Amino acid sequence: MQGLFADYAADPGVFCEMRDAALANGADARACFERLDRLSLEELRARAREAESQLYDLGVTFTVYSERTAIDRILPFDVIPRVIPAAEWAVIEAGVRQRVRTLNAFLADVYGPGRVLADGIVPADLVRFNPQFRALVEGFRPPHGSWVNICGVDLVRGPDGRFLVLEDNARTPSGVSYVVENRHLMQRSFADIMRDLPIRPVSDYGRRLHEALCEMAPEGVLDPQVVLLSPGVFNSAYFEHVFLAREMGVPLVEGRDLVVEDDRVSMRTIAGLERVDVVYRRVDDDFLDPEAFRPDSLLGVPGIVRALKAGTVAIANAIGTGVADDKAVYAYVPRLVRYYLDEEPILPNVETHICREPEALRYTLAHLEQLVVKPVGASGGYGITIGTRASKEELEACRARLLARPEEWIAQPVVELSEAPTLVEEGIAPRRVDLRPFVITGKASWVLPGGLTRVALRRGSLVVNSSQGGGSKDTWVLAERRFAATRPAGSGPGP
Amino acid sequence: MSRLLARWAECTFWLARYVERAENLARILEVQEVFARDLRGSADWKVVLDINADTDRFLAAHPEGATADAVLRFYLVDRDNPTSILCDLRAARENARQLRPLISTELWTHLNVFYNRIAALLPAEVGEHRLARLCAMIKEGCQTHAGIAAGTLYRDEAWSFAQLGAAIERADQTTRLLDAKLLAFAAREDEEPGSAADAFYWMAVLRAAAGYQAFRRRHPHGLEPRQVATFLLCDASFPRSVAANLGIVSAELERLRRRYRLRRAAEVLERVEGLTTLLEPRPLEKVMAREQGLHELADSLQRGLATIALDLAERFFGWAPSPSAEKPAPGSAQSQTTGGSASG
Repeated sequence: MQGLFADYAADPGVFCEMRDAALANGADARACFERLDRLSLEELRARAREAESQLYDLGVTFTVYSERTAIDRILPFDVIPRVIPAAEWAVIEAGVRQRVRTLNAFLADVYGPGRVLADGIVPADLVRFNPQFRALVEGFRPPHGSWVNICGVDLVRGPDGRFLVLEDNARTPSGVSYVVENRHLMQRSFADIMRDLPIRPVSDYGRRLHEALCEMAPEGVLDPQVVLLSPGVFNSAYFEHVFLAREMGVPLVEGRDLVVEDDRVSMRTIAGLERVDVVYRRVDDDFLDPEAFRPDSLLGVPGIVRALKAGTVAIANAIGTGVADDKAVYAYVPRLVRYYLDEEPILPNVETHICREPEALRYTLAHLEQLVVKPVGASGGYGITIGTRASKEELEACRARLLARPEEWIAQPVVELSEAPTLVEEGIAPRRVDLRPFVITGKASWVLPGGLTRVALRRGSLVVNSSQGGGSKDTWVLAERRFAATRPAGSGPGP
Repeated sequence: MSRLLARWAECTFWLARYVERAENLARILEVQEVFARDLRGSADWKVVLDINADTDRFLAAHPEGATADAVLRFYLVDRDNPTSILCDLRAARENARQLRPLISTELWTHLNVFYNRIAALLPAEVGEHRLARLCAMIKEGCQTHAGIAAGTLYRDEAWSFAQLGAAIERADQTTRLLDAKLLAFAAREDEEPGSAADAFYWMAVLRAAAGYQAFRRRHPHGLEPRQVATFLLCDASFPRSVAANLGIVSAELERLRRRYRLRRAAEVLERVEGLTTLLEPRPLEKVMAREQGLHELADSLQRGLATIALDLAERFFGWAPSPSAEKPAPGSAQSQTTGGSASG
């Protein structure tokens, strides 16, 4: 690299997405960066500024509401894409499919016969006493056995270049709107760079999602009415709810728009009540139905669980999927893959110590300064202690928390996340990234050929969550070139 | 295609209404500036507060009184004043945000950028000397919104509700513009109706309504106060007249009733017809003959329009019928924020 990336220095001992993946994996992946390399830093900055102002104008923002003001913030966007060569993607795709099949089998089991608990594969109390376990869906059987219709599997890549599963998001994973919007942005600002590269399109997501949701409709419904249930404009992911409703062409409703009468869900329209068959809810279980869960919830729909049980409506994702993406249950997923599918896990877990187990707790306390300690229930990067970076006081506080309530924590070794060249103040420098692919499952699973690449914008930081100051990158999954790339230029027409 | 959500109908109605309101407030501020430029200076600014029934609220926050700069800031960029243009546009934008799945990206983007521009105005940019430029910018932003809506909004029920919101607001605001003139001129005890000064005020009102050229099409000569008032109230061909906008309201209700089989539109239609009769030549003549007649008529029209809006809310937006027409339904984020009828 002679131009833009001439001064780029990947960190030693860290896997670099450009140097170690893209440049080492075929002409197309290399071409992505060779073309970018021809731009000057000033040109890149100008295009980045243009992209950012478009985000503001389009209102591609998440809104931070305080008492008096509403501040629109954009998710910081880095214009240097993350490129995933076709061969690597094939592994990811197969791996996340396998993961979703496993989670669905697990959910059907724990809310059904409970074999996995009886066989002692997963401790029964870990499931039954899990705050995410919903006894009221015991015996429930969603169409096609699909509990997790939308899954966002968080992947990280360690120094050896292997992708590892960090987390299964099986409740209401968000971020897919950024995948599609980031691509639009890149197509507007970097059309010259992208021309003729075999970048797989991500624009199909809404159609695929709508299809899968229709497949979940109660039996006998020919033309299902799908709605997207959002907590409303004050939710930080509201932009995404809008995006998905638009892409699918379905009403974006709030709890107050829906009503349950005679165990049927309807929406309030100008002409009265109209029937609803499928609810893609972006409201957590707890808030979904004040009759069944938190009685103080104003976001939900009283009676919707009754309707679900009466079989008149489908809810996606199903109620109770949180028990499958629990951080403690996560540790057992590789064993679940073998148990249910009789296959070896394609994507391994990050090594995990379940602090409820005495030996794991002893190990964790003994190696605290080398481990990441995470609460099992929370999400969004809150409550995490990274042992290698914590102060003495922070480590002691963490130790005290572990001793007080060990069952609320897991510990993992610090994964030195892979890094990718990123435009920052000083120029182009390595920043750590993760990857969230999205899997949609109705009758069968479909994996969006792309994903949300989150990037930690502070040097060396391993926390990529947007609530912790992370940004995102467009993710270019490349298609296999069957003919053109393997044939020298000008060698005549192909077969 | 599924039926329009009740909440979306309400949001389209209020989106159009808030944008129209912002535009008209800019017009009213502009015309006051013209009045003030005449002789009396700052005294006239109180009129704007009066016609919007904001005087008490304003004085509570500004004990020093209605200076030009204070009133302008209050109406242009005061985040704490729900009737400011900034708050109008914010309300419009929040309604648009709820409607994102329904409206074009262009419509949303424009409003988003427009709002951000107004929100970013510095105090120094809101003074009296910048008012004309600022009002022009606001009017243009609102008109662009209407233009994008006309050019991109799908013509289903939502379109009708947007038209209803814009027409009701515009009719209401035209009556307020009339009121503004009546009050401003009444404050000038030294001048007689029909004097040159009176004509100057009527001319300013016409121009604020962008109606001078249109008025000249109708009346090539002269500028009789009665002609101007009748023109603003009754000329069916003038797009800002009360009658023209009541005509739009009727037509849209009729469209909802026939094309979308919303039978309850007929009930609202009756109310609109009742209001339209106030503008017929004979009753109007009687009104003009009375000293306070015109002001009282403006009042009745404003009350009537508020009732129509409430009728729509109860029949289509899912509001519970309210026992009193004055009482807004609880918990509505979109309820009208100018102080109802002028005399309160």
